[in-house]
Amino acid sequence: MNTHIQPENSHIIAVLVDNEPGVLARVIGLFSGRGYNIESLTVAETDAVNGLSRITIVTTGTPMVVEQIKSQLRRLVPVHEVSDLTLEGDSVERELALVKVVGIGETRVESLRIADIFRANVVDSTNESFVFQIVGKSSKVDAFVKLMQPLGLNDVSRTGIAAIARGTGRMKKK
Amino acid sequence: MSNKQISGSEIVLEALVEQNVTDIFGYPGGAVLPIYDAIFNQNRIRHILVRQEGGAVHAAEGYARSTGKVGVVLVTSGPGATNAVTGLTDALMDSIPLVCFTGQVPTHLIGNDAFQEADTTGITRPCTKHNYLVKNVDDLARIVHEAFHVARSGRPGPVVIDLPKDVLMALGNYTQKSKVKIRSYGAQIKGDSEKIKLAVAALAKAKRPIIYAGGGVINSGRIASQLLTKFVKMTGSPCTLTLMGLGAFPASEKQFLGMLGMHGTYEANLAMHASDVLVCIGARFDDRVTGRLDAFAPDAFKIHIDIDPSSINKNVPVDISIVGDVRHVLEDMIKYWQSSRSKIAPKPLEAWWRQIDKWRAVECLKYEQGKSKIKPQYAVQRLYELTRKLKQDVYISTEVGQHQMWAAQYFGFDHPNRWLTSGGLGTMGYGLPAAMGVQIAHPKSLCIDIAGEASFLMNMQELSTIRQYRLPVKSFILNNFYMGMVRQWQELLHGGRYSESYMTSLPDFIKLAESFGMVGLRATKPEDVDEVIMEMIKTDNAVICDIHIDKSENCFPMIPSGAAHNEMLLGPEDEAEKPVSEEGMVLV
Repeated sequence: MNTHIQPENSHIIAVLVDNEPGVLARVIGLFSGRGYNIESLTVAETDAVNGLSRITIVTTGTPMVVEQIKSQLRRLVPVHEVSDLTLEGDSVERELALVKVVGIGETRVESLRIADIFRANVVDSTNESFVFQIVGKSSKVDAFVKLMQPLGLNDVSRTGIAAIARGTGRMKKK
Repeated sequence: MSNKQISGSEIVLEALVEQNVTDIFGYPGGAVLPIYDAIFNQNRIRHILVRQEGGAVHAAEGYARSTGKVGVVLVTSGPGATNAVTGLTDALMDSIPLVCFTGQVPTHLIGNDAFQEADTTGITRPCTKHNYLVKNVDDLARIVHEAFHVARSGRPGPVVIDLPKDVLMALGNYTQKSKVKIRSYGAQIKGDSEKIKLAVAALAKAKRPIIYAGGGVINSGRIASQLLTKFVKMTGSPCTLTLMGLGAFPASEKQFLGMLGMHGTYEANLAMHASDVLVCIGARFDDRVTGRLDAFAPDAFKIHIDIDPSSINKNVPVDISIVGDVRHVLEDMIKYWQSSRSKIAPKPLEAWWRQIDKWRAVECLKYEQGKSKIKPQYAVQRLYELTRKLKQDVYISTEVGQHQMWAAQYFGFDHPNRWLTSGGLGTMGYGLPAAMGVQIAHPKSLCIDIAGEASFLMNMQELSTIRQYRLPVKSFILNNFYMGMVRQWQELLHGGRYSESYMTSLPDFIKLAESFGMVGLRATKPEDVDEVIMEMIKTDNAVICDIHIDKSENCFPMIPSGAAHNEMLLGPEDEAEKPVSEEGMVLV
């Protein structure tokens, strides 16, 4: 079929929605029900006055499928705007991770040294553990986590990608 | 009004009255008793008591589809709501506007596994256009008005409003429709004029044009059908319709090629396949229509008009897409066609029609009516011919299966909203309650459910409703003692092993009718058919006709699953020659 010939690409999609019960379930249900991928998803209220939340979804698909995803999202009643940050000009994307490393002696010192190179901050410490906070592109977070692996990597919590368009534009309430 | 506080139940009824609702279909239960109490105390809204909630939703679908209004359903919490799910999904697939009120346990019990509690908004989220859980009585009127707006605007669909019992009993303020500000949701109505010009120019240059229209034309209203007819005639192009679109263009017009798709006509499917410009109007390139996607209308420049942007480029990539309400887009297309003096070159168009006439000459819908067994095609054709002579409006609903396809093939529709069938979901048991809903909306019209005996048994509890309201609904059962379509596929794909597709222990349909105070009729020989139909039409009461048809008859022509439009099977002889591919076997 036609869709199989096209290459699959990763897209960052930002969705401005009414902050109401069930809205995240609607979005996630749409993805699972129609077999779309979710690689990362973040959501939080961004405009308390108007009661709006912003969902950032990283998904992969052929151009036809990504168009479908956006059209289907726009069909949801609580959705105000859908923006494909990958297609619509430049954007900045960041992810935050909390990385727990457990160890003593030389490995402990080494983890601190690497954290310094990555400009990760120590946000918790015991005699035998650190929790590092790292912010950056997902690839940077991936690299950091990988380097911590042999140094006593114990637990990881990642926020998923938050992204925003460069320049003066903004997402608007309908 | 605004100063006086009323109960949540009264707010619901007040909002319904303001939305011009006159009839609702429902079934009471613990959680909705307050609304039923409010219904008891008024006479502005008539409540039709069904026998199972599934019947209520299908009845509301029939009501909505035949009137263009929003159908309204009222059911209780838990099992009431879950029974409604099939109908809601059906309405979503076929874009039928519904508002379904479901009862819910009181807000403080939600999540406690209370008696008759179900997560209704959770269950219905994927099978509705939108749904609401009302937690505050002061939001109630706004939500009801918004729900009606969402249900009927854009691409129509079902909306659920879940009503906790304490909200129904609480006192609150009523908000009038005019005071409600509808938030984010809205659809594009006017089409992009530049794209409309491009579409007209492309069509005018066509040598082998075809117009393929669907249920969206019917949803857009009666005027949209008139405009479609005008447009087709102006352009001289052939026109084919989807199952959901039958009636959008008059079947008696010579430019009509019949239905397309899996059981569509030979001429419609081959014309689609060979076309060079294809204009799709209010249809969605459904898999029943396209057949194998990579072989679908391979040479056609494709133009797609739809109100729902998500329908565009979903299955088939198109060259020009116009998002908008079919009625407005057609209006603009006609205007531009006229003002630009567009015309399809007559010579190639004549050649195209000559080609189409050759396909027509195959007479793909021909059948032999012998002397002994009643052919289902003959029964439907006679039903069409005999009812056509009446001055009365005739509404046809169907169940799902072979009889549905025979009805679509042999019953001609010249007007929209007269044909009610479950297209997208394919819900057996749809037809009887749907006919009931139509009859409520059109008490004087002839409403016939063309049924199969297996489908009929799925919702025949509604005979009791039909009796209660003295509805003269006619059931025309093409009885072949099989789940016919299942049997046909088993014959075609599974070596004739008829696993669980026979119907045994059927009721005596005449006695069944009589037990409900209706009239039962039976035809077993071809010569009985006319007599039974005439008797059925004449009878003022509800009638069940048990038409014993040839058990082995199959639906043809047919595009087997996984095949292309030009790989149609015309009859049983073709079947053996072209076995279904393995890829086709896994498709439905």
